[in-house]
Amino acid sequence: MAQIVRRAKALSVNPLKASPPVGASLAFLGLKNAIPMLHGSQGCTAFGKVFLVRHFREPIPLQTTAMDQISTVMSSDANVIDGLQTICAKNAPDVIGLATTGLSETQGTDIQRLVREFRSQHPEFADVAIVPVNCPDFTGTFETGFAAAVEAIIATLVPQSQCAGRRRKQVNVLAGSLLGPGDIEAIRDWIEAFGLRPVFLPDLGDSLDGHLVPQETTPLTLGGTPKSEIATLGEATATLVIGRSLTRAADLLRARTGVPDFRFDHLMGLDACDAFTQTLASIAGVPVPERIDRQRAQLQDAMVDTHFMSGFSRIALALDADLLLAMSAFFAGVGAEIVAAVAPERAACLADAPCAEVRVGDLEDLEKAAIAAGAEVLIGSSHLAPIAERLALPLLRAGFPQYDRLGGFARCWSGYRGGRQALFDFGNLILENHHEPAAYRSIFWQDGARERELRSADACERKNCHAHGEAAEANAAPAEAGLVRH
Amino acid sequence: MKASEIAELQNEPACAHNDKAKSGCARPKPGATAGGCSFDGAQIALLPIADVAHIVHGPIACAGSSWDNRGTRSSGPTLFRTGMTTDLSEQDIIMGRSEKRLFHAIKQAIDEHSPAAVFVYTTCVTALIGDDVEAVARDASERWGVPVIPVDCAGFYGTKNLGNRIAGEAMFRHVIGRREPDPVPDAAQRPGIRVHDINLIGEYNIAGEFWNVAPLFDELGLRILCSLSGDGRFREVQTMHRAEANMVVCAKALLNVARRLQSDYGTPFFEGSFYGVADTSQALRDFARLLGDEDLSARTEALIEREEAKINAELEPWRERLRGRRVLLYTGGVKSWSVVSALQDLGMEVVATGTRKSTEEDKARIRELMGEDALMITEGSPGALLGVYREQRADILIAGGRNLYTALKARIPFLDINQEREFGYAGYSGMLELARQLALSIESPVWEAVRRPAPWAAAHTLGKPLAA
Repeated sequence: MAQIVRRAKALSVNPLKASPPVGASLAFLGLKNAIPMLHGSQGCTAFGKVFLVRHFREPIPLQTTAMDQISTVMSSDANVIDGLQTICAKNAPDVIGLATTGLSETQGTDIQRLVREFRSQHPEFADVAIVPVNCPDFTGTFETGFAAAVEAIIATLVPQSQCAGRRRKQVNVLAGSLLGPGDIEAIRDWIEAFGLRPVFLPDLGDSLDGHLVPQETTPLTLGGTPKSEIATLGEATATLVIGRSLTRAADLLRARTGVPDFRFDHLMGLDACDAFTQTLASIAGVPVPERIDRQRAQLQDAMVDTHFMSGFSRIALALDADLLLAMSAFFAGVGAEIVAAVAPERAACLADAPCAEVRVGDLEDLEKAAIAAGAEVLIGSSHLAPIAERLALPLLRAGFPQYDRLGGFARCWSGYRGGRQALFDFGNLILENHHEPAAYRSIFWQDGARERELRSADACERKNCHAHGEAAEANAAPAEAGLVRH
Repeated sequence: MKASEIAELQNEPACAHNDKAKSGCARPKPGATAGGCSFDGAQIALLPIADVAHIVHGPIACAGSSWDNRGTRSSGPTLFRTGMTTDLSEQDIIMGRSEKRLFHAIKQAIDEHSPAAVFVYTTCVTALIGDDVEAVARDASERWGVPVIPVDCAGFYGTKNLGNRIAGEAMFRHVIGRREPDPVPDAAQRPGIRVHDINLIGEYNIAGEFWNVAPLFDELGLRILCSLSGDGRFREVQTMHRAEANMVVCAKALLNVARRLQSDYGTPFFEGSFYGVADTSQALRDFARLLGDEDLSARTEALIEREEAKINAELEPWRERLRGRRVLLYTGGVKSWSVVSALQDLGMEVVATGTRKSTEEDKARIRELMGEDALMITEGSPGALLGVYREQRADILIAGGRNLYTALKARIPFLDINQEREFGYAGYSGMLELARQLALSIESPVWEAVRRPAPWAAAHTLGKPLAA
C-alpha cells in the first residue's frame, strides 16, 4: 500500500536509526547467564550500554574487545580471543554473544574463524556457548541487528533435528524487537491460558525487568531464555513468530527442526489478536478461554468509546519498521490517519503500512513531514520530545529509546488489554490537547468592563495573588515591579 | 415557591405548547422518567453567567454530582466553573442552621472570589425545610453590597423545562432593568453603520460555538447587549431591557424572558437558530427585519451571500462523503427541525426525528422540511430508538449525551448534539465541524470491527485436541 520514499539527503539530522550491534546486544540480553561482547572499540559498547541502561533502567552486562590503534591496524584477532577467555574465566557465562561492529567489519574480521580458534586454544571453556553474529553498523538498523542475533542464536544453539512435537505443550515464540518486556509477559499469559508452555527467544520479559537480587551485583544477565531451553526448540509443537524482521530467523528454525510455524507481523489490535488467539486455540485444541473472550469484548468496548478521539486524528510516527507497521495498522484500524511515517531503513513490511508513503529518513524528516501534513499527534521515542515541544503536539512514546519517562520498557502494547490501554492513552492525549476555539472579543467591548476584566485577571495571574477584581487591578503596577525583582 | 407561582410559570402564553395538551410540561411518570429536574434546568440557564458565584444551597447531592459538567465557555472569568455549595449536614437541617450557614457561605464567596453577584439556588431539602432564601439573600446583599439573587428552583417543583423558566423569571424579577448599558465606544463606531443593541436569549456558547457567529454581529453593527447566558456577565444581564430586538435561540425554555421584555419594554423578539447555513442566514435576516433598518438589511444580504458562498465551497468535499447517508435524529423542541435543515444542507437524509418536546408549530416545520410523511418519534427509550434505527436503515444516531451509550452499545455511529458536547456546531463555520464529526463517526472502521464475531465463535472447539 505505502510507497517507500528513499533517503535523499547527505546529512542525517536527529537520527532515528540506532545501530545493529545495539540491537544484537539486546537480543543476547534476553538469554540467561549471558553477556554480549561487541567486537569494536570501547565506545561502541559504552554508547550502546548507556542507550540500553537509560531505556530499561537496569544494569546492562555488555563487554568490548576494546580495539585500540595498534590492534586496529595490525590485527584485532587477539582481542577477541583474549576477550572471550577473560569473560569465560571471570564470569563463567552460559552464553557469550559476540557481535561485530562497523570498525571490526571494515577491518575485515572473520568472526566465525576466531570462535573456532578460541575453541581450539581453550578447550577448558567448551561448555560456554559463543554466538558470533555479523552486524556492521553500516548495514541495517537496531531491528535488523536484533534479528540477526536471533538467527545466529538458532544457527549456533539449535541442533538439526526431526522430533517436532515431542514436547506437545511447548510452543516456541520468536519475539522480535518490537516487543518489550511488558509485551512478552502478556504474551506468556495469553499462551499459558491455552494450557501451552511458551519458550521465548529471546525472553526480555524475564531478563530486563524486576531484578533485585541477593548477590547485589552480577556481571551476567539474570533471567532470560536458558541455553538448555534453546536446544529444545526443535521438539516443540509449533513456533509463533512475531515481527516481520524475524523472517530469516524463522526460516532457519523451521528448516533446521521441521517445527511448523505461524507468523504474525504484530499483536496490536483486534484482528491481529483474533488471529493469534485462533492460532493458539488450534494448536492447543481447546476452546478459547472465557477470560480471553472477556478481554476481547473489553477491547471492542474501548474501540467504540474512544473512536470519537481516535477518528480522523492525524498521526505522524517515526519507528523501526516492524513497530511502524504495528502502530500504523493499529491506529488506522480505529479511524486515525497516518499522515507522516518515517522509518530508519527500507524494509519489506513497510509497503504494507496503511499510509500513502513511508519515508526512509531521520527525525528532521519527520518534523518537516508532520508540519507539512498538519499532524496532530506524534508517536515515537523520547527523541521526539523536543520536536513535540516545538510543534506543540502531544507525543505518544513508543520504541527505542525511552529515557524521559518511567516504565516505557514495561508498557504492553500487545494483546487485547494492551491495545485497550493504548487506545485510552492515545484518546487522553487527544483530549488533553483538544484545541478550544479562541474566544472572540467584540469590538463593542473596547474600553469597557469586558476589557478591564481581562486586565485584572492578567494582573492576578502574574501576581499569583488571591485578591480579585478592582483591588487586583489597582495593584497591577506594583505587581509588575515585583516581577522584575525576581 | 408557592403552587400558584409554579402554575403561573407553567402557563407560558408565548409558548405554543400552551394551546394544546401541555406535552412539554406533562407530569413525569414514576418508574418511567428520564431527564433533569427544575434545579438542573435553572443551572443550565444561568450557570454560563461567568462572573457570578453560583451557590447551590442544599446537601451535597445537587452540586456534588453536577458541578463543572457543562460545555459552556467564557472569554473572561472562570468563576462559574468553581463549584460552590452549602453542603448541608444532618445537624444543619435538624437544628435549623442552614440559613445561617448560607449567610456565611455567601460572605465567604464574596470575600474570596469577589464575584459580580451571587446566585443562590434553592434545592429540594432547603425548600422542604422552609429556608427563607429570599430573605437571606436580601440581608446578605445589604450587608456586603454585592447583589445576591435567589433562584427558587427546588427539584420537585417540576421538570428541567420549568427550571429554565424559573431561572428566566428570577433574572426578570431581580436583575434585568437594574442598570443602563455602557455607551457604544467611539472606536467601535464606523461611518455609515448604525449600531443596534440586541439580546440573545437561550444561547449557551457550548464549546465556544457562538464565537463562530459573533464576528458577524460585530460586522453588521449589532451590539450584543447581553447573551443570556452563554459567555454572559451579570452587569450585562442588568441591561437587557434596553435592547431593540431579542432572539430566542434554539429553545423555548427562556421564552418567558423574551415575552416579558416585549410586554414590559416593547422589545420585539423572534425564535431562531444558528444551526445550519439556512438557519444562520435566517437569524441574521430576522434581526434586520425586526430592527426595520433598510441599510442593515442590504448589508446583511451581502454578508449572507459572501458567507454562504464561502462555506458552501468548504463543505463541498464533506457533502460528497455524507450525501445520501441516513440520519436518525432524536432531540427536543426546536432542534427537532433546526438540525434537520443543517443535515439536509449536507446532503443527508433525515429518516426520522424526535418530537417528544416539540410543539405543533415545530411539527409543522418538520413536515415542511421532511415531507408530509415525516416519521416523528415520541418515544425515546433506547429500545424504541434502536428499533426505528434498524427499520429505517439509518447510518447514524444524533441525540443528546444521555443516548450516547444507547448508540455505542448497539455498535452504531453517534453524534452528541446537547450541552455536554465538546465541539461547537453553530454558525456557518460550525457546519464544517458538524460535517467532520458526522463523517468521523460514520466512517470509523471500529463499527465493522466490533460487529464481527470472534473467529472462534462459530465452533467453540477448534483443531484437534492434543493427546495428553
